[in-house]
Amino acid sequence: MLSNLRKIGQFALVALGTLGRAGLIWFQAIWRRPRLANLPLVLRQIYQLGVLSVVITVMSGFSIGAVLALQGYNQLVKYGSESALGLGVALVLVMEIGPVVSALLFAGRAGSAMTAEIGLMKATEQLSSMEMIGVDPLQRIVAPRLWAGFISMPILALMFSVVGIWGASLVGVDWLGVYEGAFWAAMQDGVDFQSHVLKGIIKSIVFGLVVTWIAVYQGYDTIPTSEGIAAATTRTVVYSSVSVLVLDFFLTLVMYQF
Amino acid sequence: MSEAQIEIAKVVFRRGQRRIFDDISLSIPKGKIVAIMGPSGTGKTTLLRLIGGQLRPESGSVKVKGLEIPALSRAKLFEIRKSMGMLFQTGALFTEQSVFENVAFPLRIHTRLPEDMIRDLVLVKLQSVGLRGASQLFPAELSGGMARRVALARAIALDPEIIMYDEPFAGLDPIAMGVIVELIKTLNHVYGMTSIIVSHDIGETASIADLIYVIADGKVIGAGSPKELFEQDSPRIQQFIKGLPDGPVPFHYPAADYEEELMRDRNTRTWFPF
Repeated sequence: MLSNLRKIGQFALVALGTLGRAGLIWFQAIWRRPRLANLPLVLRQIYQLGVLSVVITVMSGFSIGAVLALQGYNQLVKYGSESALGLGVALVLVMEIGPVVSALLFAGRAGSAMTAEIGLMKATEQLSSMEMIGVDPLQRIVAPRLWAGFISMPILALMFSVVGIWGASLVGVDWLGVYEGAFWAAMQDGVDFQSHVLKGIIKSIVFGLVVTWIAVYQGYDTIPTSEGIAAATTRTVVYSSVSVLVLDFFLTLVMYQF
Repeated sequence: MSEAQIEIAKVVFRRGQRRIFDDISLSIPKGKIVAIMGPSGTGKTTLLRLIGGQLRPESGSVKVKGLEIPALSRAKLFEIRKSMGMLFQTGALFTEQSVFENVAFPLRIHTRLPEDMIRDLVLVKLQSVGLRGASQLFPAELSGGMARRVALARAIALDPEIIMYDEPFAGLDPIAMGVIVELIKTLNHVYGMTSIIVSHDIGETASIADLIYVIADGKVIGAGSPKELFEQDSPRIQQFIKGLPDGPVPFHYPAADYEEELMRDRNTRTWFPF
């Protein structure tokens, strides 16, 4: 009993320590006067993390939109309400699946790469030598990535939703024969920017922050060996996927209050 | 002895349970080549990191140019590091940049020089390490010795007052080693840089150092010019200089009694066949 308590305490201490270190990194990288001179670095990271993730995001968005339309149609048609297909698919994509699935894809594609890159920089003493040259790696390496994640994620999520809706319209309207006017009109009526789209955007901003934060921290804090980097990369994907899904529930809960 | 540029006084440093430095004190005079020697694992590299402010001592004082390093703010620390260069054992070049960009990096960050002047400065530094012709190569295309020379060019890009070499001779062929020895000497003589060499290669280090500190067990066990050191009759220093495998510095890592350990555990062996 006592030893179990001790284990819980130990675990809590380790977890708190990790959270503290991660918070410190975040604070020192972003909160300490962002420098305009670092803008090219941010742009480069937006390309690395965001632009290069477009293909996988668009492809997944299209497939998921198409599947949603197919499944949705088969259920709705039983009640003769297939004209609501467009509305249903759009709401699900914009509020839930767009932000969540694009964040999971982002964690797998960009997050893992970020952790491995920073971890390897640490292992090869590049971060150390940067410090000795008088450049703060938090400013030079970590901050641009955090900003890039923060900027790219909502855009990727929107792309995901837009392409998803297009995929749904191809399946629903062009293939299954839902009346085109109803498909789009219901969507236009039912989807509100402030109460639906904006909530999705806020979600994806939070996901972007969390995923890049986890990825960057895991890389920066890794044990600089091959096993260490492998473990850190795995942790990035696992932690950020779980965080995205758990956070999604709580964000939805909070947002329904407004 | 000329004025001390780096003063380390009564420093205690611990890593986990292990005491790396136990009340260590040494001073490094300006403009000299000072070697810090000792068996591996005695914290020689740690000492460089303490001087560079990458680690903080548990107690004691580390002064560089009269400034107390552990007490500096992060911003001040990065400021003073501009006057220190450090050559890492692995070179630690930025792998995604060319040799030219690696050497240009400190200049681009810390100066507002126009591009053509940066270019000239980089070429001068690369010329001084004999690698001007390699300026467009990438770190992955360099041999170990070349990478270390590029790293050296980068370390001196800002003409630092102090330069620290972490195992500059380790893993080099004799020719590359000779080149590095010459470079260290030249940089010291031409630019008057205070040079700190951390190494365990007695021959090369003794040939260029003005002053050698030998550390073991977290303390300085001997100090002096190479000649003085060779004449000291302390058995620990003699063991290190002559490279005897066993002596006051034991060959064996601390362990349980040999015979006892071999005889033990006969019955508690696991079922694994190996």
